[in-house]
Amino acid sequence: MEKIPILKMGDFLLVTIQVDMHDQMAAALQDDLTSKIAELNAKGVLIDISSLDIVDSFIGRMLANTSTMARVLGAATVVVGMQPAVAITLVELGVNLSGMRTALNVERGMAMLRCDVDNPDLDGAARGHD
Amino acid sequence: MMLETFNLSPQTMITSITKPLLDQRNEILQEWLQQQLAAPTRRADLISETELRTESESFLKALTDAIQSGNLSDILAPEYKPILEILARVSRSRGIQGFSPSETATFVFSLKQPILSALRRAGEHDSTELVEDMWAVNVLLDKLGLYTTEVYQESREQVIRRQQEEMLELSTPVVQLWEGILALPLIGTLDSERTNVVMEGLLQRIVETGSELAIIDITGVPTVDTLVAQHLLKTVAAARLMGADCIISGIRPQIAQTMVHLQIDLSAVTTRATMAEALRFALKRGGSPALGDPKHSPAPK
Repeated sequence: MEKIPILKMGDFLLVTIQVDMHDQMAAALQDDLTSKIAELNAKGVLIDISSLDIVDSFIGRMLANTSTMARVLGAATVVVGMQPAVAITLVELGVNLSGMRTALNVERGMAMLRCDVDNPDLDGAARGHD
Repeated sequence: MMLETFNLSPQTMITSITKPLLDQRNEILQEWLQQQLAAPTRRADLISETELRTESESFLKALTDAIQSGNLSDILAPEYKPILEILARVSRSRGIQGFSPSETATFVFSLKQPILSALRRAGEHDSTELVEDMWAVNVLLDKLGLYTTEVYQESREQVIRRQQEEMLELSTPVVQLWEGILALPLIGTLDSERTNVVMEGLLQRIVETGSELAIIDITGVPTVDTLVAQHLLKTVAAARLMGADCIISGIRPQIAQTMVHLQIDLSAVTTRATMAEALRFALKRGGSPALGDPKHSPAPK
């Protein structure tokens, strides 16, 4: 089974999702990510989905959940590179994605994360809620 | 089928019709031209006598050929292809020249009289035969005349469709208003199909330009009902999912009242009365890496 690689960039972790995800992969990613956040004391996670052409509600929920897990561990999360077609699909599906922050691309996403690190909220749980 | 209602054998009918057509070809042509030139629908300003003669000649020849094949009723059969092509050409060129469809159809219908005269002259002694021949020709020419009308209709519809497409493109441009700020001035009514086109276009431009803000101006949208509002809100939601934000501007006082009465929930959307105000708002927010999240605006420099 393919594993989704998690790269370390300074205080941040970078995850690039390039293939269709199914249950096992998603669970493995969440396992991997949460371990790495704790192990490396990561301050932020950037999830790049610019290669995803299509999504379903499962992936939508998976992304939202992963964001929340990371945040609970004290790492800010941002999802970047969502394609227009994907955005439209998620809106049509009515998937609840509150708790997931987004940025147009990796640059903006990194800037957002750096900003978070510079201006940490005392109430970590409140951060990122719409 | 038509031929079955006749007492004649098909072969006899074909011969009794095509023989006069061939023998009296010139007379028929002459009479036909006279008919066309004398008709109130002549439009000498639009087509010259020479052109008329050429068109008529080719039509008559093609008609004779087609009838000789033995088929007097099915104009969609292959033997009628050449004649349909001629008619299509005539119909289209007449349409472009400015003839009305009736004027174009007259081209075919005015051929009835000359042919009927020719059949009579050919000396059909049995009046039943004559009537049956004449009726067959009549029905055939009716079908052909109506065909010209259909071709005319179809080409008009093509023009309308093309214009509609052009209008659609013209009326949904996405412009770069400022660095990182796009503007989408909507003009006209928003139906589902159009809104989808608009939505995709805007989102695509957001990705292409990396703009974090889009101002959707609805000054040019005459009515906003629940459906339109839903479309707009969906667009805003999709943009936000991608990491950009939308401001809806150009909301007229009337529209504001309507939207509240309809209980359209705009609490999640930034709105302004004019695009100018929306731009002012956008510029003030500009420079923040997390535009959608006020908690993350950088400390003032």
